[in-house]
Amino acid sequence: MARQKKVSLDPNAADRSVLERIKGCWQLYVLLIPALVWLILFAYYPMYGLIIAFKDFKIRAGIMASPWISPWYKHFADFFSTTIAKTVIVNTVLLSVYQLLFSFWVPVVFALLLNQIRSNKARKTIQTISYAPYFLSNVVLVCIISVLFSSTGVVNNIIQSTGGTIKNFTSEAQFFRPLYIGSTIWQSMGFNAIIYIAALTGISPEFYEAALIDGANKFQRVWYIDLPLIMPTVILMFILAVGNIMTIGYEKAWLMQAGGNTSVSEIISTYVYKTGLQSAQYSFATAVGLFNSVVNFIILVLANMVSKKAADISIF
Amino acid sequence: MAKAKNSTPAVLNVAPTKGDKVFDVINIIIMIILCLIIVYPLYYVVLASITDPRVVNTGKLLFYPEAPYFKGYQEALTYPSLISGYKNTIWYTFLNAVVALACTIPGAYALSRRDLVGRRPIMFLFTFTMFFNGGIIPMFLTIRSLKIYNTAWALVLPAAVSVYNLIVCRSFFESTLPKDLLEAAQIDGCNDFIFFFRIAVPLSKTIIAVMLLYYATAMWNTFFNALMFMQDDNKMPLQVVLRNLVLANQLSASSSGAEAAERQRMVDQLKYVIITVSAVPLMAVYPFVQKYFAAGVMLGAVKG
Repeated sequence: MARQKKVSLDPNAADRSVLERIKGCWQLYVLLIPALVWLILFAYYPMYGLIIAFKDFKIRAGIMASPWISPWYKHFADFFSTTIAKTVIVNTVLLSVYQLLFSFWVPVVFALLLNQIRSNKARKTIQTISYAPYFLSNVVLVCIISVLFSSTGVVNNIIQSTGGTIKNFTSEAQFFRPLYIGSTIWQSMGFNAIIYIAALTGISPEFYEAALIDGANKFQRVWYIDLPLIMPTVILMFILAVGNIMTIGYEKAWLMQAGGNTSVSEIISTYVYKTGLQSAQYSFATAVGLFNSVVNFIILVLANMVSKKAADISIF
Repeated sequence: MAKAKNSTPAVLNVAPTKGDKVFDVINIIIMIILCLIIVYPLYYVVLASITDPRVVNTGKLLFYPEAPYFKGYQEALTYPSLISGYKNTIWYTFLNAVVALACTIPGAYALSRRDLVGRRPIMFLFTFTMFFNGGIIPMFLTIRSLKIYNTAWALVLPAAVSVYNLIVCRSFFESTLPKDLLEAAQIDGCNDFIFFFRIAVPLSKTIIAVMLLYYATAMWNTFFNALMFMQDDNKMPLQVVLRNLVLANQLSASSSGAEAAERQRMVDQLKYVIITVSAVPLMAVYPFVQKYFAAGVMLGAVKG
């Protein structure tokens, strides 16, 4: 499966048997051991734990000894028969799709505009400032939202002084998605622009010289040179983003849950946490989580197939 | 990737048209507004942490420290859960940095070697976990069955390898260590261990710095794993303490009368103080290290 490439340092390598070649690099395997141990214990062993989605797991009995359930899909059926199933699935999909639609293009535009700033120093400074929020944790981010948007906070004060009424931004359902997505844009715009800025840096000056001779103005140079030339990068990032669409961060959603907004802020992963760890329905919650993972994985594989066909870009 | 900046060659600076000037002016205004939107919330929190809460609670925009008030910081220094959260986070971050580097750097080096038999299937096993994982309940059960629940290891070990970081690191080794170097060393009788420790590691200070930063930031900001895998209040990292104090309103403003009003003032301010002190270390360090973060992003993108 893995021996198409017989690139080796030893000219006689191709003649040697696999066993000898394995022996030849035993020290490399030793270097790999810590990472492999991690892989087994913290990546594949938990995957084995997924079988409790098909069992009636008892924490005392352990994974092996807990009895299988019949029918095997009982926990899944239970989930889909609850009224909350539809709510959490719709919430997850909507939050993800809106986030993609509203936040994906922002770093692209930011990179294009930043690239037009003449002064090197100013450009670097703006870029450095734009990274800042990326280093904040979700907890700090949600804390900042909670103080700025509280009933006595700055935002409500501005609304009041311009004749509006105080709004409960942090607990009313209608404000959850705008706040969630807006804060994501605020936090990640600068960092996500890095890759586009690098792509723009790589554009040959000859394009601009030719455009200038043709009398193209700045806007036209951005529109007809910069944008098309970074398009492959943009498409790649878009496909990756689509592939990750259902893996929306539960940490921030959970932290932002307050009062009346759970009708929109309860997503699959926060629901898994609550049913699984807070009310100890391990098997049921694992089944719900597995459903989410499988859907993610299917979307990812489809996105990857499309990108492979369209742009010969593959993540596998 | 580190080409010279060339989007504004000299020729473009000659006689900009009127339209271009308008474009520039609008562009500069947009950039200034963006910078203000990014910086102001952070600036506001810091200002609020040193301003009299009676001023802060009016909700007006703050631009300079009017009515300075530092009781919040005095109180914060004596707040036991905050102190222990800070200590815990520093300890977990340090421990994680050591463990993560010990796992990631040698592993990535081994995977960068084309003569490693089984390189592609092993790499696939790693990559696969980026796209499919057991999820939180099986992870929780794993932590329990390994008997590391409610210990530092429950935070450190699951974060010992990030596959994304491993790939970034592997790309680095592939692109910076020339094959000739290994061949020359092997002719001189150098084995893989010696090559890794004596030659590869000293030549890879950049990537080690990048990895250190990635892992340290991630551990400093860890929240949910602590919530799931830890139990004792005195073992909680800073992020959990922060969440409890600010979002779950566990700051106590008991007692009564005039003393209560004074206490309430301090509690109001304490929120801003706690947000500030938990964000400050990263905010203070990142401008100096952000170029490495950018380098990491580009290395990750090479693999795509």
